[in-house]
Amino acid sequence: MKKGTLIFVVMIIASMLLAACGTSAEGDVIKVGVVAELTGDIPAVGASCKNAAELAVKEINDAGGLEVGGKTYKIELFIEDNAGKADQSASAASKLITQQNVVAIIGPNASRYAIPASEIAESSKVVLISPWSTNPKTTLKGDTTEPKQYVFRAAFIDPFQGRVVAKFALDNLNAKKAAVLYDVASDYNKGIAEFFKATFEENGGTVVAFETYTTGDKDFSAQLTKIKEAAPEVIFLPNYYSEVPLQIQQAHRLGITVPFLGSDSWGSSELITLCGAECEGYFFSTHYAADAATPVATKFIESYKTTYGNTPDDVAALTYDSFGLLWNALKAAGKVDRESVRAGMAMITNYEGVTGNMAFESGSGDPVKSAVILQVKGDKFVWFANAAP
Amino acid sequence: MTYFFQQSLNALQLGSIYALIALGYTMVYGILTMINFAHGDLFMVGAFFTFIAAVYLGLPFVPTLVVSMIVVGLLGVLIERVAYRPLRNAPRVSAVITALGVGLFLENFTLVFYPYPQHIPTLIQNTTWNIAGVSISSLQIIIILLSIGLMVMLDLIVRKTMVGMAMRAISWDKAIIPLMGVPLNLIVSATFALGTSLGAAAGTMYALAFPVIDPYMGIMIGWKAFISAVVGGIGNIRGAMIGGFILGTVEIMVAAFMPSTYRDFVAFALLLVLLIFRPYGILGKPRPQKV
Repeated sequence: MKKGTLIFVVMIIASMLLAACGTSAEGDVIKVGVVAELTGDIPAVGASCKNAAELAVKEINDAGGLEVGGKTYKIELFIEDNAGKADQSASAASKLITQQNVVAIIGPNASRYAIPASEIAESSKVVLISPWSTNPKTTLKGDTTEPKQYVFRAAFIDPFQGRVVAKFALDNLNAKKAAVLYDVASDYNKGIAEFFKATFEENGGTVVAFETYTTGDKDFSAQLTKIKEAAPEVIFLPNYYSEVPLQIQQAHRLGITVPFLGSDSWGSSELITLCGAECEGYFFSTHYAADAATPVATKFIESYKTTYGNTPDDVAALTYDSFGLLWNALKAAGKVDRESVRAGMAMITNYEGVTGNMAFESGSGDPVKSAVILQVKGDKFVWFANAAP
Repeated sequence: MTYFFQQSLNALQLGSIYALIALGYTMVYGILTMINFAHGDLFMVGAFFTFIAAVYLGLPFVPTLVVSMIVVGLLGVLIERVAYRPLRNAPRVSAVITALGVGLFLENFTLVFYPYPQHIPTLIQNTTWNIAGVSISSLQIIIILLSIGLMVMLDLIVRKTMVGMAMRAISWDKAIIPLMGVPLNLIVSATFALGTSLGAAAGTMYALAFPVIDPYMGIMIGWKAFISAVVGGIGNIRGAMIGGFILGTVEIMVAAFMPSTYRDFVAFALLLVLLIFRPYGILGKPRPQKV
């Protein structure tokens, strides 16, 4: 190595060490971590999560801080990117737990990242609240039906969502034959596709085609041709907003004219940008409707709009609710340490959030809450129906 | 029967994209016996230049294609000059690692500018014809014909021109031929320019057919095109074309007649079996080891 290069490398290492020293805490702060999908294949999800997290923390800090057990604390936020990868979700969670020493973690959002991160949180005994993960496995130990002790979520779970969508297809769209195309390599997509199939068939429908692809595929022509041949009356696409537009466009090109139906993974405004007019009129289930908001939600939507200039999507609303749950848990516990946060979370039985009322049953990290059905109309998602739990 | 024809058309479209990309791998390997793992990412950059030309410059289809091919072709030459040429006499592993590094660089460089998936506007007014139950879109026809046209053109360049003759000569013996007055560096640059611009053309057509693009789109398809090149016999240009169509057909037909979950598993198992019987690929010939 040349001498100049050596000096340069030493300087870089020295500056990194100095930067690491600069983050030492001062005064009374509560450290909270966020793991989000800032890059990778669903960056809009991570961006909404980050925005809502920063807004939730700013509101508390601007009001002077959070009062816990008679003492006021400022909130310090650490945001880690999981790059849209399962292994990085786990390592980001470990980093927040061991290096930043956070008392709780919010995120990751997509189930395929939330599941590995939740394993780390559970084994390190740190509370993790996933805002958007709907796969049942996130809050369950391994392959059992026993709940994890430290993992909670703000979203409903897929057995419920699958039932809502299946009922909607049967009752509102009067479809008796459905086809499903889903990503078999992703926990969320696979889970909800199976729950949809089960409910749809229990209630008298038939699933005539149950087709799969793997993450990153762009050519769905073989599967869609097969679906067309099976002649369904509705096609369910429980896939992420970055893939759904391609699937719908290719289906249209193959001459498929039946309506499409989606799940909460559609709910990003990016869907409309990527899809153009081709998604017009289709329905999907999700967590809340920005245009049919409660007073609690209206307040959040207004402050989000003034800060970021756009309407918050479901990820933003659920992240905000996750922070709401965390503040309540801290207040209920009256102490700032990891075990107290867990005890505080267990004390919450009911929480009125932006995404509606959440009821927690004792021993479970899954809230009982309602879903909404939205319709794509022009450049907006419009409220169409409510589905009670 | 209609179903079979519809799936064959799907296979032809996918296969022609694979074949175009596979050409880039095979040409570079033929000349330098080096696998340019950054090629899949150059394909991605081609798709992004399509996006830039179509959205910011507002160009129609043909100029967009030309811009993307020229810019990425030059980028390929630049990458060869900066990253691969200094390592030409280094152990082959170093060159492969460098190629992987260049690929990662291209992905993350694009990620800085476009962290979100981008939407490509409609450049070709798409009409769908229904012929005896088979849906054929104008886009499909353009992709298939243009790919075949480009491949025929490349075949002519390699077989009928002086540059092509020099390429074939260098791929035959890299040490002796330059002594006979063939400018090695110039021919290597020309190879990279041709190979990567074909990759860019594939990127443009792919972006039109599947109009959502992201910085990671080149990884998977790059692997598949590389496999096509190996199946066809790496280093052999006609082999790469055949390999691309074979892989496209196998993938589509497995998904068409078996549960689609089996697609990659069955497709690649078939290709492995093929390589057991033809270890150098369909048109490949064993290279004698020179001691």
